[in-house]
Amino acid sequence: MSKFRKDDGKETPAISTSALPDIVFMLLFFFMVTTTMRETDPLVKVKVPEATEISKLEKKSLVSYINVGPPMPMYQAQLGNEPRIQLNDQFAKVSDIGDYVEAERQAREEQERGQIVTSLKVDEYTKMGIVTEIKQELRKAAALHINYSARKATKRN
Amino acid sequence: MPRKLPEYNASSLADIAFMLLIFFLVTTTMDVDSGLERRLPQWVAPEDIEDTPPIKERNIFVVLVDRNNRLMVEGELCRVEDLKDKTKEFLTNPLNLPDLPEKNLEEVPYFGPYEVLTGSAVISLRNDIGTTYGTYIKVQNELIAAINELRESISQDKFGKPFAKLDDERQDAVKEIYPQKISEAEPKKVGGK
Repeated sequence: MSKFRKDDGKETPAISTSALPDIVFMLLFFFMVTTTMRETDPLVKVKVPEATEISKLEKKSLVSYINVGPPMPMYQAQLGNEPRIQLNDQFAKVSDIGDYVEAERQAREEQERGQIVTSLKVDEYTKMGIVTEIKQELRKAAALHINYSARKATKRN
Repeated sequence: MPRKLPEYNASSLADIAFMLLIFFLVTTTMDVDSGLERRLPQWVAPEDIEDTPPIKERNIFVVLVDRNNRLMVEGELCRVEDLKDKTKEFLTNPLNLPDLPEKNLEEVPYFGPYEVLTGSAVISLRNDIGTTYGTYIKVQNELIAAINELRESISQDKFGKPFAKLDDERQDAVKEIYPQKISEAEPKKVGGK
């Protein structure tokens, strides 16, 4: 007969996991909101060059892209492997750029139209001839703010 | 008396949510696009181009890139690695050499009278249509790096802060001393066929 009885057979209660789904759902919603699915399939192969003095493109919604590079292997049979321009999800000619810029402008809110940045994703081994033609078209279309897409280079020194 | 509904087992809800979560985790890409930011000059129709007054030879820093990706700076072959130092030398002219650009004493906010390169001093970049884009970006990168380093160093000397941390007015003052003036000429065939 003791004053202090042992806990007779009382088990520790199982931790309630009923809040687990809530936590997971919270994470789920976060990722669902932040995910941006790739809108366009790449038709051209682009490996952008390296650079050190790069700056980030802040507002993704204000960026329109121009991809330039050799066509993907499955298109090379028809198109050869000379660098091509891809706008949205089709191949384009240099002369289409003016219309593309205009369409991109129309797709934005009125007050944002002045801030559109054109990101040039150009393959490293492209010749400058085509790039210069694109730049001239962009100048004609008054899309002057451009960004040469580049990867962060590993420090040399 | 209403019958009590049996509580249903929610333990597998977590599994379903996890599965969805993992799907979104895998498909999410958070990469931010980055690159060299540049501004193109306004389009001028060829017939409207006026003859600009000639710029003195000493005030132009000529960078040529040929179709074999060789670099010629101020009439000499040059390696990409040396371009940055040469650009810095051009932009500062520390010894006041007669073949590097002129400097004028100008009133700059925060700095007082400061020896600034003349307004006509310009880096002229010209490439061949056969130059590869990778080389072009490398050259651009070196030129921008030179300007950024100069800005960084006077910003540290004067304000003791990196350039990026300065407020807009101070940044403008620094930019006035080292403007980013890179002029790109229409490409033409440079060297060789």
